[in-house]
Amino acid sequence: MRIKLEKRPAPSTFMLIATPIASVLLTMLIGMLVFDAIGIDGQRAVVDIFLTPILASYKWQDVAVKAAPLIIIALGLSIGNRAQIWNIGAEGQYVIGALCAAGVGIAAGPDAPAITLIPMILAGIIGGAAWAAIPALLKIRWDVNENLTTLMLTYVSFQVLGYLVGGPWKDTNGRNFPATAPLPEQLTLPILFQGSTVHLGVAIALILPFIFWLIMSKSVFGFQIRVVGSAPHAARHGGFDAKQTIWAALLIGGGMAGLAGALEFTGSLKAVNLGFPSGYGFTAIIVAFLGRLNPIGCLIAGIVLAITYVGGQVAQTTVHIPNSTAGIFQAMMLFFILASDILIRYRVRFIPTKPAIADKKEARV
Amino acid sequence: MQTPPRLDLSGITKRFPGVLANDQVSFAVQPGEIHALLGENGAGKSTLVKMIYGIMQPDAGEIRWNGERITIQNPKAARKLGIGMVFQHFSLFEAMTVLENIALGMDANIPARDLEAKIVAVMQQYGLKLEPHRIVSTLSVGERQRIEIVRALLLKPNLLIMDEPTSVLTPQEVEQLFVVLRQLASEGCSILYISHKLHEIKALCHTATILRGGKLVDTCDPAVETSRSMAEKMIGGSLKDIQRGEGRALGTAKLTVQSLSVAKDGPFGIALKDIGFSVKAGEIFGIAGVAGNGQNALLLALSGETPSTSPEAIQIDGTSVAPLTAKQRRLAGMASVPEERNGHAAVPDFSLSDNAILTARDRMGMVSGGMVNAHSARTYAGEVIAAFSVKATGPAAMADSLSGGNLQKFIMGREIMQKPQVLVVSQPTWGVDAGAAAAIHQALVDLAATGSAIVVISQDLDELLSLCDTLAVINEGRLSKPMPVAGANIEEIGLLMGGVHGDPNAPTHISAEVAHAY
Repeated sequence: MRIKLEKRPAPSTFMLIATPIASVLLTMLIGMLVFDAIGIDGQRAVVDIFLTPILASYKWQDVAVKAAPLIIIALGLSIGNRAQIWNIGAEGQYVIGALCAAGVGIAAGPDAPAITLIPMILAGIIGGAAWAAIPALLKIRWDVNENLTTLMLTYVSFQVLGYLVGGPWKDTNGRNFPATAPLPEQLTLPILFQGSTVHLGVAIALILPFIFWLIMSKSVFGFQIRVVGSAPHAARHGGFDAKQTIWAALLIGGGMAGLAGALEFTGSLKAVNLGFPSGYGFTAIIVAFLGRLNPIGCLIAGIVLAITYVGGQVAQTTVHIPNSTAGIFQAMMLFFILASDILIRYRVRFIPTKPAIADKKEARV
Repeated sequence: MQTPPRLDLSGITKRFPGVLANDQVSFAVQPGEIHALLGENGAGKSTLVKMIYGIMQPDAGEIRWNGERITIQNPKAARKLGIGMVFQHFSLFEAMTVLENIALGMDANIPARDLEAKIVAVMQQYGLKLEPHRIVSTLSVGERQRIEIVRALLLKPNLLIMDEPTSVLTPQEVEQLFVVLRQLASEGCSILYISHKLHEIKALCHTATILRGGKLVDTCDPAVETSRSMAEKMIGGSLKDIQRGEGRALGTAKLTVQSLSVAKDGPFGIALKDIGFSVKAGEIFGIAGVAGNGQNALLLALSGETPSTSPEAIQIDGTSVAPLTAKQRRLAGMASVPEERNGHAAVPDFSLSDNAILTARDRMGMVSGGMVNAHSARTYAGEVIAAFSVKATGPAAMADSLSGGNLQKFIMGREIMQKPQVLVVSQPTWGVDAGAAAAIHQALVDLAATGSAIVVISQDLDELLSLCDTLAVINEGRLSKPMPVAGANIEEIGLLMGGVHGDPNAPTHISAEVAHAY
C-alpha cells in the first residue's frame, strides 16, 4: 500500500470549511487523551475548556470581550498573510496602540470631554501602524525579513511599555505600582448592555469583518492583495506595485492591532500596566489561519479561540490545571490547521502495491 | 533470416484519469533508421516515449527489443538495453564543468581520467566540439545539448530518443546536429526523433509516425509527403493559411524604441544594450533569437514591468511612455503577453474571470470607485472564451485547469480583444497546437490590419517568417538591424542568431537542403 497526494482539479470548498472544524475536534480528542495519560481528568478538562464557556450564559460576556481584540487583530493579519507578508509582531503593535491612546488621554487630562475618545482611538491605530512601518521600511529598502523585525520589535515595545508606565506616565497615586492612572469615567468606551462588561469594541469587532470581506472580495485593493500573494510576477504584469502592497499589508496589520490595543485599554482594562501584553497578538495568528484568512472566518475563529481562553480559566479552578493549558490547546489547533491545509488542494489516494512479477521479467533482460 | 526490428511496439495503450493518452499504438523502428514521431501537443508523443525509456509502464500492449518481448522497468534498465534519451530540457548543473556533469549522469562509476578519454574519443568520432573542462554556465545552448548527446553516446546506444532537439538551436547548429545523427544512423543506431518541425523531418528522417489524440494516424515516408500533407494528418483537418487583406499599406511609426538599455537583473540575467527599432501602424515586427539572449528583459522593459532609466527610450505615436508604469502604459494603449504563462501572464489559482481583471480591468471598464465589477469581468472573460474557442467550463474555470494551449489562447485573446495600439507578445504559440496557433496568428494579423503595431518575440523562426513584415535578431541583449522578411536571407539570420555567443566552430554556410526547407 502506497499513499499518494494527488492534485485536485480545483480547490475543495468542502475541505476549506471541514478542515478547521476537524482541527478543533481533533484538538479536543488529542487533548483529552494526553490529559488522561498524565492522570488528569481529560474529559472534564476538555468540557470545561471548550463547552462550559458556551453552555454557561454568564461566561458569554467574557467570551465576547476576549474575542473582540482577537478578531480585530486577525483581520489585519489575514490581509498581510494573503499577500505573503508575515507580520508576527502584532502583539507589539497592540501594546504601542494602547500606549498611544493612553498618551493622548494623559495629555488631555482628567477633565477632558468624552469626545477625546475619538482622537485616543485614532492615535492607537496610527501608533500601531507606525510601529509596523519600521519593518515595512526595512523590507522595502534593504529586503530585511519581516518575520524577524516584526517579532523583535515586539520585545522593544515591551521595553517602551516598561519605561513609560514605570517612569513618566506612572500613576502618582498608585502606591508606586508601574501603571498609568485609571482612565476617567468619561474616557472609557461605552458599555453596550447595562451591568455587563460588553463594550463598544465588541460591536466594532462584529462589524469590521463584513467591511473587510467587502474590501477583500470586491475591491481592486483586495484583488491586488490576492494577486501579490498568489503570483507576484503576475501582479507586476497586471500593474500592481509590490512596494505599495508591502506598505499596505503591514500598515493595515499594525493599524488593526493598534486599534485592538486602544479598544482593550479604553474598554476593558482602563489603565496600562506591565501586564497589558496578554498574547492576543500571537493568538490572533492562530485565529487568522483557523479562519482561513477569510474575514468572516476570522470572526468565527476569534470566538472559538476566545472560548479556549475563558475555558482555560474555568478549568484552572475545576480540574486544577494551569491557565497556560489553554495555550497548549491553541497551539495544537494551529498545528492541525496547518497540517490539514494540504487537503484543500490535494486529495489522498491509497494505491495498492503492484505484485512483484514485473521485476522477474526485468531480471531476464 | 530477416533481422527483427530494433524496437517493435504493438497495441501500446496508456490511460490516465479522464484521458486515453495512447490507444493501441503499433509501429516498428529498424536498425539504422531515423524515425520521426510527429504529433501536436497532447497527441501522446511524450507518454509513448516515456514508456520506451522506462519512466512509465504501458497498461496494455507489448514492446519487443530486437525481436524479444521485454518490460522496461525504469530508465536505468532502458540504458542497460542501449536506449539513450536526450531530453528537451537539459538537466545540467550550471556551476560544474562538462566532465563533472557527464560523470554525475553515469550509471557506472568510472574514474575521471578514463571518462575524459572516453568523452574525447566519442567527440572525435562524431565531430562534436566540446571542451571537457569548461563550466556549463559559459556554454551556448547548442553546446549544452552536445553534453547531453555525448552523455547518451557514451552508453553506445542502439536507440537514441531525441525530444524536440532543435527548438533552441540556430539553423547552423541544426545542420551540425543532423550530421551527427546521420553518422549515428549509418553505424546502425536507430533514432526516434520527436519534433513538430516538418521541414526538418523531411530533411532528416526515413520514416514518420504520426499520432493524433493518442492514436496512430499514419506511418509514412516524409520524402514523398509534403510538409502540408503531414501537418494536415497531425491536426486531422485542412490547414488554414493566414489571410492577409489585399493592398495593405503600413502607416506612420507607432512604436519607436531608441537607445533602450537595461542593466541585467542578477548574475544569470541578460543586459539590454542600446536597442532601437520602430514599428509602423499595421506592421508586425518579429524579433528572432536563441532563448536566453535578452528576450524576457526586452518584454519587461517594453511592458513597463522594469522601469525605464531613459525618459525617451520608448514612444507611442511620438509621445514618450518610458516614464510610465505598467498600468499607465496599458492605459496609453500598450498591451503585452510575456513568455511564461503560469504565474506571469496569468495567475494559476485564479478563475479566468479574475485573470481577465488582471490586465483588462482599466481598459475594459471593470473598475468603478475602487470596486471591481465582477459582472463585466465575467462577461469579458466569456467573450474571450467564445471568440478564441478556449476549451474551458466557463469564466469561473481556474486558469490551471486549462491545458497550456488553451490558457495561451485565453491570454492572447484577453490582450487582443482590448484592441491595443501596440501589442508586444513573446512566444505567442509556445506549446499551442497547430490549429490554435493558426487562429492566434490570424488574430494578430487582423489586429495589425486595424492599425495596431505588433511586436512578436519568438524562437520559432518559421513562425516569424510566415507572420512578420520585418525581422530583427536579438543576441546577447543587442538587436540587429531590422530587415524586411520578404527578402530575408536565412543564412544571415542564422549567423546573427549565433552571434558572438554562438559556436565559433559552427559552419558559416548552411547546406541547400536546410535552407530550402525553410
